[in-house]
Amino acid sequence: MNNKHTIIAFVEDKPGVLNRIASKWRQRGFNIESLAVGISETPGLSRMTFVVDGATTDVDQVVKQLKKLINVIKIVDITDEDMVSRELALIKVSANPPARSQIIEIVDIFRAGIVDVSKDSLIVEITGDEEKVNAIVELLQPFGIKEMVRTGKVSMLRGGQVSASLDEEEPVITD
Amino acid sequence: MKMDGGHIVCECLVREGVDYVFGLPGGACLPLYQALPDYPHLKHILVKHEQASAHAADGYARVAERPGVCFATSGPGATNLVTGIANAWMDSIPMVAITGEVSTNLIGRDGFQEADITGITLPITKHNWLVLKTEDLPRVIKEAFHVARTGRPGPVLIDIPRDVLATEAEFYYPEKVTLRGYKPYPKIDLVEVKTAAKLIMESERPLIMAGHGVILSRAYSELRELAEKTQIPVITTLLGISSFPGSHPLCLGMPGMHGMYWNNMAINSSDLILGIGMRFDDRVTGRLRDFAPKAKIVHIDIDPAEVGKNVRPAAAIVADVKQALRELVKEVSPRIRAEWFAQIQAWREEHPSITIRETSKLLPQYVIRKIFEATKGDCYVVTGVGQHQMWAAQNFWFDKPNSFITSGGLGTMGFEIPAAIGVQFARPNDLVWSICGDGGFQMTLQNLATIAEHNLPIKFAIMNNSFLGMVRQWQTLFYEGKLVATPLCNPDFVKLAEAYGILGIRVKDKVQVESAVEKAMRHKGPVIIDFQVEGEENVFPMVPPGASLSATMDLPKLEEAFIR
Ligand SMILES: Cc1ncc(C[n+]2csc(CCOP(=O)(O)OP(=O)(O)O)c2C)c(N)n1
Repeated sequence: MNNKHTIIAFVEDKPGVLNRIASKWRQRGFNIESLAVGISETPGLSRMTFVVDGATTDVDQVVKQLKKLINVIKIVDITDEDMVSRELALIKVSANPPARSQIIEIVDIFRAGIVDVSKDSLIVEITGDEEKVNAIVELLQPFGIKEMVRTGKVSMLRGGQVSASLDEEEPVITD
Repeated sequence: MKMDGGHIVCECLVREGVDYVFGLPGGACLPLYQALPDYPHLKHILVKHEQASAHAADGYARVAERPGVCFATSGPGATNLVTGIANAWMDSIPMVAITGEVSTNLIGRDGFQEADITGITLPITKHNWLVLKTEDLPRVIKEAFHVARTGRPGPVLIDIPRDVLATEAEFYYPEKVTLRGYKPYPKIDLVEVKTAAKLIMESERPLIMAGHGVILSRAYSELRELAEKTQIPVITTLLGISSFPGSHPLCLGMPGMHGMYWNNMAINSSDLILGIGMRFDDRVTGRLRDFAPKAKIVHIDIDPAEVGKNVRPAAAIVADVKQALRELVKEVSPRIRAEWFAQIQAWREEHPSITIRETSKLLPQYVIRKIFEATKGDCYVVTGVGQHQMWAAQNFWFDKPNSFITSGGLGTMGFEIPAAIGVQFARPNDLVWSICGDGGFQMTLQNLATIAEHNLPIKFAIMNNSFLGMVRQWQTLFYEGKLVATPLCNPDFVKLAEAYGILGIRVKDKVQVESAVEKAMRHKGPVIIDFQVEGEENVFPMVPPGASLSATMDLPKLEEAFIR
């Protein structure tokens, strides 16, 4: 069954931090399926969402090993939480005139959009969960996908709670 | 006050209480070196290869109980440190390595003697820093010492470009460290302590396995109190040796690949393993899936990531060992387990494991026993890696806390000379014996010059078997005796000693051992004894690589199996 874990991490926005994280993944043989990073609501902190396959990787170790990195401020496995997850994809599809209307039909059904049109191709933009993106990709495949880019999943908890209440764990400074 | 980066580094080191640094200069770190004469309390010990500076800082840190410091220049100087940093990383040794770097305008452009040392040491440091501004130096150095010594200790590295060392800035040493993402001391969970105590009280055949964490936490008396109160026998892992008195009636010695037969059998039958400050390393567990098949596990460690990494504990106390044991000892009460003790005793009698056979030949085990007898164990023992290391672990009984200094996790040959330098500097009035392999000795022997220069009275006992002995043993036992690249063509170690102005003694006969050891101890300066021991002696007991502890071979059984 699906054993994918969604992990979010707040990391310091400093040079080399992604390298430190990736180095841990590589060194410990953790298999990361997708990764999305960008700035967060807190200045100086980036927010990462990444997906780990629990069938091949010890998820507990992924969280604990990354937690040891000084630049990782907070990391949580939110898999069991009630969350919203989205991914964005841009798909360049071959679209000769007869195919064009069929493609537009599919795009409408998925509430996707067409963001670029040329003589023989279209760029489709889709936002949704992984299954939705997979589904449209499958339907567009027969027309010929010339190029595709996916952002990887980003996730956020539903309701009023904040995905990772940052102040719950204050650093212990003992020296 | 305004000063250049080199002086700022020295000021910071003095404030951190550093008295010795081990290193070797080069262009990139010259502004740091040139500042040293202004800080007479900061004594720089010149080694002959940077690997030695890291190992010396490591040996120093182990016994001085504070971070060891080493310096190297950029590029090759920094890369020469790598083995020593990795060694400290694997054994959780607090160390601050400071490297010079090419000037900031050359970084990333393959400048002369540029090596991406922060990139290279990423997986073998707790953290590292490339400092791009002189005014950042005090904060970074303060953070570096804090990170190295707190929580689970470990090495850190600070890479400082030449121009940052040469530029002036206002000096101000921060009082506090603010590292938001660094949480070295997890909050102890008293529910887990209660669960652990309950498991201990219910167990019929418990064992304590004490590791390096006990030493790093200086929890000797707490461990002893727990063992004595609960009457649970104590197994000490290789790095746990000297965390519990070797002569204590509850001390069972080492487990694992070359551990005592009775320990491996006891682990196999135990119903509760209490792992304290240890990480269930493969040399300890044998084949993991067969490890302690009947036992529940209680794991005490300061590093949350160690819990559940190799074994799944029934209870885990994630805390500093000292604190954990203080809490635990309150919750337990004495319990007599006569059957269990009788069983362990029976294994001991059946397989004494470390009896030295009667022979007129010069056996390495015998030499080590004689050193033990002569010192009465009141000394620091440093070792290299290989057979001699295992014999030292087996044939020496350490009552003095933290007196066995060995490369456990990385298994670094060549540790024996530079680590002994660090130990002797940290404990100038104590006796230091270094038990060496003839192979490992030759990996770092250029540093004998440093020993001679400072007249460090270290006693080196080379177990000269003319082989890379431990590898030869594997070839003998598991590769039909096909000896590939293990016979050694050695120099004359006595002449070598003399070349450095060090007293050299050769011992070829069993009868000469005692007098040579005594002579070495009487001699005020360094001594190298070349013990020309039996070449093809094997270390037993032994668990074949990849096998389970139940497959422990001890001498009698082995004779049937291999020596036909
Ligand atoms: C730097 C390094 N290289 C290789 C090894 C692999 N190795 C482990 S034990 C050993 C033999 C050590 O020989 P020696 O120092 O003579 O000690 P002995 O085993 O003979 O006591 C070797 C080569 C190692 N541990 N470290």
